[in-house]
Amino acid sequence: MTALILFYVAGFVTLAAAILAITRTNASHALIYVVVTLLAIAVVFFLLGSPFAAALQIVVYAGAIVVLFLFVVMMLNLGKASVAREQTLLTRGIWTAPSLLALALFGVFLFALIGGDHETVSQARMISPKEVGIALYTKYVLAVELAGVLLLAALVGAYHLGRRYLADRREEEEAS
Amino acid sequence: MFGIEDFWSYALILPVAVGVLLSALVLVWWERRLLGWWQDRLGPNRVGWFGSLQALADLIKLLTKDDWLPPFGDRVFFIMAPIIVTAAMLLAFAVVPFTPVLVIVDSNIALLWFLAMSAMAVYGVLLGGLSSNNKYALLGGLRAAAQMVTYEVFLALSILGVVMLAGSFSLVDIVENQRDGLWHFIPQCVGLVIFVIAGLAETHRLPFDLPEAEHELTAGFHTEYSGMKFGLIMAAEYVALILLSCLIVILFFGGWLGPAFLPPVIWFGIKTFIVINFFILLRAAIPRPRYDQLMSLGWKILLPLTLVNILATGAWVLAT
Repeated sequence: MTALILFYVAGFVTLAAAILAITRTNASHALIYVVVTLLAIAVVFFLLGSPFAAALQIVVYAGAIVVLFLFVVMMLNLGKASVAREQTLLTRGIWTAPSLLALALFGVFLFALIGGDHETVSQARMISPKEVGIALYTKYVLAVELAGVLLLAALVGAYHLGRRYLADRREEEEAS
Repeated sequence: MFGIEDFWSYALILPVAVGVLLSALVLVWWERRLLGWWQDRLGPNRVGWFGSLQALADLIKLLTKDDWLPPFGDRVFFIMAPIIVTAAMLLAFAVVPFTPVLVIVDSNIALLWFLAMSAMAVYGVLLGGLSSNNKYALLGGLRAAAQMVTYEVFLALSILGVVMLAGSFSLVDIVENQRDGLWHFIPQCVGLVIFVIAGLAETHRLPFDLPEAEHELTAGFHTEYSGMKFGLIMAAEYVALILLSCLIVILFFGGWLGPAFLPPVIWFGIKTFIVINFFILLRAAIPRPRYDQLMSLGWKILLPLTLVNILATGAWVLAT
């Protein structure tokens, strides 16, 4: 019962923070709401019986990815001017089409939720980190390898961009 | 729904939090005394016996000082930042086992919880720097974000060897694994060294206090903070130091284990105290590196070393 109440509270916080994140005009405020959303989703994961996924959600998404987003926002030095520009961009016309599409998706989701058979919070079983690891390296080993290849490509791309920057700078130094 | 164990967990929360904060308060005085001694000067010795009430005097001073809010900054973030750092560091103590009984939650994700909370502490520093609307604070915040996100990687990777040896993320299991065999600091000596370096960078203490670096950035991300908000940031720094020392003792030096003539909690206290003093000695002994030196040390030396350590430990675990 307690788990069910906590589940609904976490779900409500997730939704409310997500809506606030979309509607904020100040980029850093919006990002903090994204963090709140991610933390609330971590609570949902925990209640659904996967503490490992919950911990990784906080470490990876809230702790690393959004920090980098915030880092970029800090570098851009967005002030009051950008907030004012955002306000002129977010008019009612802009909202209509995405809202309708989201509403359609929500309808499909509700339909699936009512029709399909799904595990409720109380039926969920705790899954230990060990089980996750074993599943990853036996059943899902292909997905792990593919993710590795994808990350390697990103790494090579980042190195290429950084190297070009360094080469440009060296040329400039030689020219001067 | 709630058994006797749950009640014990809830009862422990307040004593642990108050105990940790009081230790942090005493630690401020102790660090200044030790630094004074090592640097051949007196240090705080006026208030109370050998200056031992200096911490209390500092606390009263901080509480009664003018708590100034910068009118040019982002007020909400400015107030949130010290709360986030302190709360994250105190929450991490929820999984620290002082003895097998004296632990609030023994979870099979305890170590990940510690990593998650030290990741959340980044937000406090980052928002403090961002909301102050001050160039020094902004630079400090930027440095802190890059440094802490980078060293989080090595902090997590360096303890994987210990996790492999113990076969669990639970801190109680990790200590119990050291009961019969060697303490982990011998087979995982590389992991220990990297954990100490990464931990120092994560708590941004000297010699890795580049986010504050008073010689170049006045006080870095907390330049605009005054009164008890500044006090909270300082408290969080010392709480982080205690947390780091506790984790080093648990992961590498057998936690509460020791000869039976002293109770487990005393052993834990003695070991943690020694590690804390080692960190203070590091502060007194080593100068601050340059920022690019810190970053290249991380990515060019520590990252390959941790990966080799994980590989070797994995091979060892498979072979035995």
